[in-house]
Amino acid sequence: MDKAQKDLHARYQQMVKEATPQPNRWRNTVMAFITGGAICTIGQLLYNLFETIEPSRLETTAVTQAAMIALGAIATGLGFYDWLAERGGMGAAIPVTGFSNTVTAAAMEFKREGYILGMGAKMFVIAGPVLVYGILSGFVVSLLRAVLTGSLF
Amino acid sequence: MAAKRLGLQTVVFRKAPRIVGCSTIAGPKEGEGNLGSYIDTLIDDPLMGQPTPEKAERMLLYQACQDALEKAGLTEDDMQFFIGGDLLNQIISSSYCARDLGIPFLGIYGACSSIVEGLGLGALIVDGEYADSVLVATSSHYQTSERQFRYPIELNIQHKKSNQWTVTGAGAAVLSTTGTGPKITMATFGRVLDYGIKSPNDMGAAMAPAAADTLSRHFQDTGTSPGDYDLILTGDLAAVGQKLFVQLVKEAGYTLGSKHMDVGAVIYKPEQRSGAGGSGCACPALGILGYVVKEMLEGKLRRVLATATGALFSPVSNQQGDSIAGIAHALVIEV
Repeated sequence: MDKAQKDLHARYQQMVKEATPQPNRWRNTVMAFITGGAICTIGQLLYNLFETIEPSRLETTAVTQAAMIALGAIATGLGFYDWLAERGGMGAAIPVTGFSNTVTAAAMEFKREGYILGMGAKMFVIAGPVLVYGILSGFVVSLLRAVLTGSLF
Repeated sequence: MAAKRLGLQTVVFRKAPRIVGCSTIAGPKEGEGNLGSYIDTLIDDPLMGQPTPEKAERMLLYQACQDALEKAGLTEDDMQFFIGGDLLNQIISSSYCARDLGIPFLGIYGACSSIVEGLGLGALIVDGEYADSVLVATSSHYQTSERQFRYPIELNIQHKKSNQWTVTGAGAAVLSTTGTGPKITMATFGRVLDYGIKSPNDMGAAMAPAAADTLSRHFQDTGTSPGDYDLILTGDLAAVGQKLFVQLVKEAGYTLGSKHMDVGAVIYKPEQRSGAGGSGCACPALGILGYVVKEMLEGKLRRVLATATGALFSPVSNQQGDSIAGIAHALVIEV
């Protein structure tokens, strides 16, 4: 690419930047806070409920996680979660319900190509990188911790 | 120089093929939009009772073709070519539609510029006396495009304001030298231009330079100016792209003013939450075969410069860091 072309591209990028409307960051932040907060409140209420049945903290946490994942999947299947995310942004994407949504949405989409090569193969097409790098970073952090503290636990 | 050429990129159709019958079909969201009253058939269910949106899209296309033939008072057997294009990989909507129509098929890919590319090629064939009648059609579907170019439908995505919404619909036209209807008198086929835009969220911006280039070339080739047309239509630049397009055309020395209308920017109402506006092959098709042709038949428009733009990229090229190239073709349609 010669210099004239580079300059043209740079000038055009500037024009595009000026023509593109900016997102309403304040509104988006408030909406994300409300949405994420509401999802977490539902999680806390479920936790409190499960605690009365199963007092062990680890068990209650696991059951609450499973319930939230199920809720996220159901909301996706009913076509509600993408509506919520359009308004709540990261408030809907970050909680575990959002993770559940990425798997369920992909599963619904690719079911049409069959259960093996469609749904089975492509279910984690969005969630896959989160799993790979989540596990990798978990491993690296645990390794660092083990080396620094001299203990595995 | 070849006798039917004008300037660098424009061709003139001496026989002026006519759009003797045309039809448009679209989904409920398009029906509720600003162009709803110009669309011939509105469907309630975007899936049309089909198990997949891909099957629904080819059904839309086939339906538009049948309706266009009926309006022209002709059948498949009277058509010597079927020119079709769509957005799906290997243009499956058009190929399967061609299978069902049984007309000799020329498949094209010009992304969203397909309808103008198709009408231009169809006019060349008819004007060149290689056919009496040619069927041209194109389609797009929100759900099929989302999955191919972006994400699963139900995924938690907050769309950007520059995002465009793929129009669910199809348009078909029968071109012939015998019969009545608006004439196609000239076509300017465009170059592929790449100004280095990489984000598929900015498709309007990627296509605006090509649209401005083709338009300027057309004015230079033909010695016309915006004042010579009742309407200068662009396909699916949408809000962001159209702003850039008007700016670039102005830099080239032409002021469009109120003569310009972008189908993508007007097809949806602001409350329909569609980002910058519409896109997809059906967007310019609804604009040209719906709005323009109907306004011409009612005598409200006499001479229109209709352009359609396409963003040339694939999810693979995009992930590998290639920029998005744009193309634009233009037609002069007159009554």
